[in-house]
Amino acid sequence: MDAASGRIAWRAYSTGPDRDVLIGARFKPFYESERGKDLGVSTWPPEAWKIGGGTVWGFVSYDPASNLIYYGTANPGPWNPEQRPGDNKWTAGVFARDPETGEAQWFYQLSAHDLHDYDGVNENIVLDLTIGGKPRKVIVHPDRNGYVYVLDRATGEVISATPFSHITTSSGVDLSTGRLRYEPKKEPKVGRVIRDICPASPGAKDWQPAAWSPRTRLLYIPHQNLCQDAETTQTSYIAGTPYVGADVKMKAGPGGYRGEFTAWDPAAGKKVWSIREDLPVWSGALVTAGDVAFYGTMDGWFKAVNARDGTPLWQFKTGSGIIGQPISYRGPDGKQYIAIMSGVGGWAGAVVAGGLDPRDGTGALGFVNAMKDLPQRTSKGGMLYVFALP
Amino acid sequence: MSSRCRDAFAIALVCACVWPSMANGAERVLRVCADPDNLPYSNRNGAGFENRIAEIIARELGTSVGYTWHPQLRGFVRKTLNEKLCDVLIGVPTDLELVRTTKPYYRSAYVFVYRAGERAFDSFDDERLMSARIGVQLVRNDLAATPPGHALAGRGITQNVVGFPVLGDGPQAERIVRAVADGTLDVAVAWGPPAAYYARLQTVPLAISAVRAAGEPSSLPFEFSLSMGVRRSDNELAQTLNGIIDRRQEELHAVLAEYGVPEVAPVPTDAKGEMP
Repeated sequence: MDAASGRIAWRAYSTGPDRDVLIGARFKPFYESERGKDLGVSTWPPEAWKIGGGTVWGFVSYDPASNLIYYGTANPGPWNPEQRPGDNKWTAGVFARDPETGEAQWFYQLSAHDLHDYDGVNENIVLDLTIGGKPRKVIVHPDRNGYVYVLDRATGEVISATPFSHITTSSGVDLSTGRLRYEPKKEPKVGRVIRDICPASPGAKDWQPAAWSPRTRLLYIPHQNLCQDAETTQTSYIAGTPYVGADVKMKAGPGGYRGEFTAWDPAAGKKVWSIREDLPVWSGALVTAGDVAFYGTMDGWFKAVNARDGTPLWQFKTGSGIIGQPISYRGPDGKQYIAIMSGVGGWAGAVVAGGLDPRDGTGALGFVNAMKDLPQRTSKGGMLYVFALP
Repeated sequence: MSSRCRDAFAIALVCACVWPSMANGAERVLRVCADPDNLPYSNRNGAGFENRIAEIIARELGTSVGYTWHPQLRGFVRKTLNEKLCDVLIGVPTDLELVRTTKPYYRSAYVFVYRAGERAFDSFDDERLMSARIGVQLVRNDLAATPPGHALAGRGITQNVVGFPVLGDGPQAERIVRAVADGTLDVAVAWGPPAAYYARLQTVPLAISAVRAAGEPSSLPFEFSLSMGVRRSDNELAQTLNGIIDRRQEELHAVLAEYGVPEVAPVPTDAKGEMP
């Protein structure tokens, strides 16, 4: 939108014909599978792109040097993938666009024909890294599908895609085609029970943003360790109509813990250290120039750790679970402050915030099953805590 | 919340106070939980076939029926039977894991509903389905939730399919069948008992034919056996009901036939209710 007048400057859709997606002469995707006319129509059953999802509910990054914006698109709809054969462009991927005209420069589909609700909306962090001895201008994207992607931000080439969480739904990313290699055994099929789908639908990491420290050259990723079972054989009965239910039940992943705070070296593509948390780490991360990293837990602890090695430095119990974003700022008095909103909610916290019945594990699309203990661990809230540094 | 639900909640509260438990009350009423407005199964006027079947069971037990009304939506078993507001559900799928089921007393199927005189539909491979306007029942917020929805989607038939949600202006099965009668749809694929019941009430003659499950590549069931349901701990009552089903099976079939319920042959594996 035009900041002065509020007039809509441009609007680009995530599905449909090229003119609606603002794909034109400038569009130069890196991979073959993203090239062709009107893929936002032809990679769907007839007309299905009209209800195809691909919403843009995450973050938009801007790189002044290349004058491009970057953002991710959500999963395709409906959930049942059998109803939408095809790649389902341009869902579950990353767009690079001209901020003035909206024209697409490139697109990369993280999860073609998404099977597991792996939205591609997570943040794209604009970084200059040295990879293999060469300087690379990249965006780093920790995706719901369990990989940290390092993409060339000029071209959309995948430089690396490395698992940061336990993954059973795919066996890696083919760097020659860019395609995620799905594990066929974990593909949801009506009438079949599929256990240990990892990551679960909220992904290895959902929307909760990671933080980058130019001092440690590490990315601090708040995330979860969840798997799910899709129980599709159980008979249900509603209003005199029998059918086979497709209920999902989420649970802790390997190790029995549900969350993790990971310090990740994106240049090397490896974990440097991590802290396991019993509950999903559903808060954002913050790292300061004092080499302190902050995050919150869903039972209300606000924690500070040493950004270099993860050593706990300090923690404070707030009144409710934390799913907010810690921020650091300098007050008018010249002092540094750290602020965090406490108040549990969201998909993971719905069992408390929505007052759901913890006995029905299929509530909140199956997330209640993994969070049955949360009502005993915390309660509803909504309070801003501000801490002054001494 | 619809007015239908609100009424049901109010009545549920009243009934819970009036009817004592079968186990400890001197009156030993047959306590049944049922939907107050879900023909042909049940309604609060006793006009459904499950009302009639409840009467048969009560007669066998030398007692009368006491109802707790509750809409048969998500949470029905948890909020009624498991809250001990009643002891028996008259009709549930035999393999419903939430309850202990008796032996099955009938088996029905999903059916195609279409205008009489047209060539019969009996398979999802019928080429007319590629272009026909097709109605399916929606039981969740997912178009493909009923087995016919899945079968159609599995064949790539997704764009000419219209979903009918449970809640709306009148019963779901009535809406979907009426849409066939008035030409809005060419064919509907709906669960047999309500589809057949409402098909008979239309002014336009309609035909029904059971979905043939054979030939479906997946393990999707299109036929379901129906039983009575009791709490999982209530084996004694289940055995009593099994005895009544044995003695009164012919009478039960006669009631179902009166309502036009399409019955299909029972399967040998339907023995769950007979296990101790």
